[in-house]
Amino acid sequence: MPQYRQFQPKPYPPQMSAYWYFDRWPYLRFVLREASSFFVAYFAILILVQAAALSAGPSKYAQFEACMRSPAMIILNGITLAFLLLHAVTWFNLVPRVMMRQVLCKSLPDPIAAAPNYFIWLGATAIIGLFILRII
Amino acid sequence: MADTIILEVARFHPERDAEPTYQSFEVPLRGDWMILDALNYIKDQLDGSLTYRWSCRMGICGSCGMMVNGVPRLTCETLLTNFAPGPIRVGPLDHFPVVKDLVIEMDDFLGKLQKVRPWIVRKDDHKPEREFIQTPDQLAVFQQYTLCINCMLCYAACPVYGLDPSFTGPAAIALAERYNLDSRDQGADERTDVLSQHDGIWDCTVVGECSVVCPKHVDPSLAIQQYKLTATKEWFKSWLLPWGNK
Repeated sequence: MPQYRQFQPKPYPPQMSAYWYFDRWPYLRFVLREASSFFVAYFAILILVQAAALSAGPSKYAQFEACMRSPAMIILNGITLAFLLLHAVTWFNLVPRVMMRQVLCKSLPDPIAAAPNYFIWLGATAIIGLFILRII
Repeated sequence: MADTIILEVARFHPERDAEPTYQSFEVPLRGDWMILDALNYIKDQLDGSLTYRWSCRMGICGSCGMMVNGVPRLTCETLLTNFAPGPIRVGPLDHFPVVKDLVIEMDDFLGKLQKVRPWIVRKDDHKPEREFIQTPDQLAVFQQYTLCINCMLCYAACPVYGLDPSFTGPAAIALAERYNLDSRDQGADERTDVLSQHDGIWDCTVVGECSVVCPKHVDPSLAIQQYKLTATKEWFKSWLLPWGNK
């Protein structure tokens, strides 16, 4: 501390609430985006469990399906879907910020930089959808 | 529309008060008045002890940044009528110690700014014989970062800085990147020592509000993410080509 400040009254230190993310919508949106990672992890584990049930035979898979049909699981998976969509959209929108901006000496506009992710996402969803619906 | 509006202004006297409180003032609601005009009215007409910083009144000096209804803004650029019928709550910038009323202590920011060496660093000591030539394309790469006026709104908007004051912060990193991208500069390595630490770029969790609140449309969040990319590339290069730095 500089000597001339020795006798100055102390400033009021900054305070931050433990619930700071409720102060403004952008902060809550950020925390929800971060929290969506838990749902991504849950969904990844769920797919592994599904694969294990599938490899264990028809009876085990029927048990898994019955479990998935319970109201609690439908609600949980509905919430998970919402968070997965939030996770995908928010991270895709961040892509232009974390990639090389200069292509052939020109700065790439954000929507063009983010667009390939959406196209790949839609394409993959369409292929999986066609597969599930047994069209291909 | 009413003729007046209520301003709830944060008051804190370091020798009297344990913590800031809010005091209400009724001020004229004029279409051409900014929040700063209302504060000047309070100081001139209602309470001369109100303390706040201001200088240019045209969004250049960056002195009059305050929290207006919980959002960091330059008060000289924020119309009173945007918040009618009020009340409008005006406080000191978040995440900084309060010296008095609306005045915050900015030592932390100035120290961090100095650390990132926001000036052109040359490795050769001798004075150049002529000016450095720079093309418009080379200028365009960093030009947006030159618009930063050090108003510190980005620090007040950054919850990471609020939670971890050791974080170098948006403006200082954006200004470091401004010089790193300048074709005349040779100080990127020196800045890396500060920026590549945990308290530097890696503390940023991409909340993005620093860029939203910036009154000069600088994009500090972009600067930080781009520097993360640069630092990662340099780290890989140092592993793959260890002789490259010798």
